[in-house]
Amino acid sequence: MTQVTLSALTKQFDEKSPPAVDRLDLEIESGKLTALLGPSGCGKTTTMKMIAGLLRPTSGDIGFNGESILSIPPEDRGAVMVFQNYLLFPYMTIAENIGFGLKMRKVDRKEIRTRVTDMLDLVQLPGFEDRKPRQLSGGQQQRIALARALIVQPNVLLLDEPLSNLDAHLRDEMRELIRRIQTEMEITTVFVTHDQEEAVVLADRIALLFDGQLQQFDVPDAFFESPESIEIAKFFGGTNFIPGHYEGGEITTAIGRFRAPRSAVEGGDAVLSIRPEAVTLGAAEGNSVMGRIRSHVYVGRYARFRITLGEIEVEAITDPAQVKLFNDGDEVPVTFDPAKIWVIRPASSEQ
Amino acid sequence: MTDTRIEPTGAAAGAVAPEASERRFSWRITGRWVGITGLLAFLVAPIVPLFIWSISFRWFYPAILPTEYSARAWTEVITPHNDVLGVAWNTALIALVVTVLSILLGVPAGRALGLYEFRGKRLVEWMILAPIIVPGLAVVLGIHVLFIRAGLSNSIPGVILVHLVPTLPYMTLVMSGVFANYDTDFELQARSLGASRWATQLHITLPAIFPGVVVGALFAFIISWSQYVLTLLIGGGQVQTLPLLLFGFVRSDPAIAGALSVVFILPAVIVLLLSSRYLSGDNAAVGGIGNI
Repeated sequence: MTQVTLSALTKQFDEKSPPAVDRLDLEIESGKLTALLGPSGCGKTTTMKMIAGLLRPTSGDIGFNGESILSIPPEDRGAVMVFQNYLLFPYMTIAENIGFGLKMRKVDRKEIRTRVTDMLDLVQLPGFEDRKPRQLSGGQQQRIALARALIVQPNVLLLDEPLSNLDAHLRDEMRELIRRIQTEMEITTVFVTHDQEEAVVLADRIALLFDGQLQQFDVPDAFFESPESIEIAKFFGGTNFIPGHYEGGEITTAIGRFRAPRSAVEGGDAVLSIRPEAVTLGAAEGNSVMGRIRSHVYVGRYARFRITLGEIEVEAITDPAQVKLFNDGDEVPVTFDPAKIWVIRPASSEQ
Repeated sequence: MTDTRIEPTGAAAGAVAPEASERRFSWRITGRWVGITGLLAFLVAPIVPLFIWSISFRWFYPAILPTEYSARAWTEVITPHNDVLGVAWNTALIALVVTVLSILLGVPAGRALGLYEFRGKRLVEWMILAPIIVPGLAVVLGIHVLFIRAGLSNSIPGVILVHLVPTLPYMTLVMSGVFANYDTDFELQARSLGASRWATQLHITLPAIFPGVVVGALFAFIISWSQYVLTLLIGGGQVQTLPLLLFGFVRSDPAIAGALSVVFILPAVIVLLLSSRYLSGDNAAVGGIGNI
């Protein structure tokens, strides 16, 4: 059980360009699964390599259970990284690959063999001992790479884009495997991903990074219900934004005034954000305005409407049965559930 | 294990997956034949007339083979007073030390050139290539003056040092090619799994670059072994090697020159045959690197 603390962690590769990781503060809970999420080039993998000891930070500190580990070389940190492209050693057999960490720890050969067999069972590839990496499919290589990391019982397991090289059905399998092993072994796990869905499904907590800076560190649902900025809400996608002015629990916009008890700002210029699922059509009981249906799509499990409210267009996702009630061009009352409205600061460029 | 894959070296390969393995099998045979024929034509065939010469006593035009034979030349070569074996040993020793030094210097240099971008890299590349491009004689005259001052001329260490001039570029170039296709993340992965710096070099880096090192070492050994001009000038006649000895006999006694040539060529052929698996086939230094 290891708690990982990053304090003001910074990595600048060269002086001319901005830091890849910029004063990152993060408390990674022991025994939990934490996602480092962000678009490519946001410093996720750099952060991970610094935790593993494979990159030296420019400044800041990394602590395991409260003790700085910066002076400890990677081989003694017990923070094992699994690379995105698996990196199985090509001239070694699968058994030699998995046993590599134990061999380096001078564990005797007999024990290595038993533990390798156990690991192959754990990742559901029994009997693969004598094969060579190139005889394995991508998904199998991924599982061997995971087994090779797990066998040394790491304090911290670091997974770099563990699902990105797999096709859809393998991805689900791998996701479940990671989750199961992680809960069973209670290893503090950090994984890097650019896919918000992957992070939401897999992680206990998500650290969202843009340009090397921490945007929000929270449980997955918080990113949908109370994103701290418009950029974060945009990254998670699908949200309606309506600019306005916030004061005393109400936001005044070009299309009307809405009650909005939940807000990230005290007052002043603000943006009303509401997810399409929280926009209802028809029944008008306050917090509603009249709109005109521009188009709709029937998806089966739900229906998606595009509605124009004056100059503004919003999206609503409703019960599929509603496609029978409304036609394109109809005037309908559009209601924003006040409990689901979230008021945020406008994007810095729009201020 | 049910679907055991057998490498197509055994006869059983055909029984498992007939078509695929047969194709690979025949490719190997073809490749091997081309290799063997090439080796015979270019390396072994030229030795034949030399060998015949070494045992001939009378061999004039238009006779295809000598009209009389004699073991005189070989007796001369073996008799201790000519010290041919001593000189051969000397030559081998110099070549070995040159090879080891080339590896020790060329591998890190090749790594730097192959992996990293740095200021003046092009210049360094040109400087390393220069000894191959610029005529050796021109270079060595300058070096000679320097070595005389440093007390290195007429000595084996001097000869070894000057042999590095042509061998090091080859070693460095081969290794920079190897490292250009090498993924250092493998080393990071090993470190992360618990391997120390040294263990990583031993278990990860070395196996990956080994075919390249063998090829580079081969170049270095053969270049040093057959070096004439550099040895002559820097050794100043004090350091005797086979090429110098051989040259002396070429005009005066073709039979002895023939015998010496055989002695001279053999080690190169043996070394080449021993390491040929790194030059062709699955583990080839050139093709094999891509698999790493």
